[in-house]
Amino acid sequence: MAIIEAQGLGKSFRVADKQPGLGGTLRHFFARRLKDIPAVRDVSFSIEPGEVVGFLGANGAGKTTTLKMLTGLIEPSAGAVEVAGFRPFRRQASFLRTITLVMGQKQQLIWDLPPLDSLRVNAAVYGIPEAEARRRIEELAEMLELGEELRRPVRKLSLGQRMKAELLAALLHRPSVLFLDEPTLGLDVNAQVRVREFLADYNRRTGATVLLTSHYMGDITALCQRVLLIHQGRLFYDGSLQELTQRLAPYREVCCDLAAPYPPEAFAGFGELESLIGQRLRLLVSREQLTATLSRLLSSFPVLDLEVNDPPVEEIIGRLFREGTVG
Amino acid sequence: MGRYLRSLGSFWSSSLAMELEYPLNALIELLSVLGNLAGSVVLLALFYGRGHGLGGWSWDEALVVLGIYTLLDGYTSTLLQPNLGAIVNHVRTGSLDFVLLKPIDSQFWLSARSFSPWGLPGVLAGLALIGLAARRAGASPSLPTLLGTALLLLSSALILYSLWFVLAATSIWFVKVWNATEVLRSTLVAGRFPVSAYPPALRTLFTLVLPVAFLTTVPAEAILGRATPSWVLASLGMALLSLTLSRVLWRHALRYYTSASS
Repeated sequence: MAIIEAQGLGKSFRVADKQPGLGGTLRHFFARRLKDIPAVRDVSFSIEPGEVVGFLGANGAGKTTTLKMLTGLIEPSAGAVEVAGFRPFRRQASFLRTITLVMGQKQQLIWDLPPLDSLRVNAAVYGIPEAEARRRIEELAEMLELGEELRRPVRKLSLGQRMKAELLAALLHRPSVLFLDEPTLGLDVNAQVRVREFLADYNRRTGATVLLTSHYMGDITALCQRVLLIHQGRLFYDGSLQELTQRLAPYREVCCDLAAPYPPEAFAGFGELESLIGQRLRLLVSREQLTATLSRLLSSFPVLDLEVNDPPVEEIIGRLFREGTVG
Repeated sequence: MGRYLRSLGSFWSSSLAMELEYPLNALIELLSVLGNLAGSVVLLALFYGRGHGLGGWSWDEALVVLGIYTLLDGYTSTLLQPNLGAIVNHVRTGSLDFVLLKPIDSQFWLSARSFSPWGLPGVLAGLALIGLAARRAGASPSLPTLLGTALLLLSSALILYSLWFVLAATSIWFVKVWNATEVLRSTLVAGRFPVSAYPPALRTLFTLVLPVAFLTTVPAEAILGRATPSWVLASLGMALLSLTLSRVLWRHALRYYTSASS
């Protein structure tokens, strides 16, 4: 039984169609022209309980809009969506107790007060008895490595500490479906890793379903076995991350350190030259040509060190979005 | 019900904690209440000092109206301004998302989330002025009169709340409605004086369009023993109607909420 089920989901926004300049402004003032912009079109997928799914896409691809339809903040203009057996937009209390939404760029903690005060408010609103709330806060604080920070005003916390406190506040009611919109936005690498580890741990311990969007590929590779790729409002790919890289990138990355400097032209015919900085060479080589190219490379140049990798996922996705099509 | 009461407790205790982070506000607010009150009394005294009356009200009776205005103004600063004034921001920044995803009535959250103690001096000053002036005006209210007055004041509070909430709720469509709520608050200032002091055209406006008459003059009539039960009923009816209207409008408005983009 799927816990999240979207069928032909679509959303279009009515926006003003206004020409630039004074003339355009005047015309717009007297005869307002509106047009419907589709933000999400015909998106279908289904997610099983306990899955951790990454939601990928460029800015404006429709990730956040989809997330808002799944949490019930906005009403779909087409199609149907069901989360934990509920129709999200009705926002029944029992549905809202099942889910949570964490947004990297918006916060629910009270700015001037310690997180504990906001947590008390949440405990009251969700009707969690005080003793129980204390126990849960203790447990989550330990997992998040938060201690005395919970007693300091939010405005005095670092971004990483604040994000962890936000997670605590969002999970106090033990939701079984987590929607995370850029949960590591703006965090430094250490803090990112901590948040990731926590989410993986939480998923393991509670079996909660997690759907997260992120700009940081690291989040996706570390957490998600499965990704949904959305492009220009349409679902573009649904499957494992590994398969996506293979499908989109039928080549591998070859890095070597050379014993002497060479001009870039020297590497013509050895695949696609990615970079040549000093004596460090990076080439993209198609999988079929890999062994042949490697042996030619080793016999033609004084190679000190050699490494063969999958190209970074960022690069593949970035390439995909630049080209606008599947390779 | 218990959950709502406990939530209210946590709302107000956290607001109190937050306000006490900035203690200087208390002093400023106290001074501003006293200053406003003194200004209004002086203005009123100018009318009466020259032998003019205000719409047939005696000096002491007019002070009762001023007392009720001060009371309502204090209530506005304590509850309406901090809560309803924040709605526009919730819409603009998208933090309304968090409110809508809580398993609690969103109108309740938005209307009761904050509590500013700095309006309380106004409430106390208003109550004191009402008591003092009513006694000097020779009113010796019976229990039913006091009860009727309390009901009327309650409906004043509800009408004012609903009106303000409706204006704030329109921010879902227009986003920028600061000016509209400012206009509302300055119209209230008209309630400092008995409604019969105004020319007939304004009197109609203040009774039918903007219910300023219901807010201050009618409760004042009640405490002076001049209101009839039908007035009390009409005012209560008006309060219920506007409250219902605000709820209906809010539910309708939420269908149009698109949430600020990230």
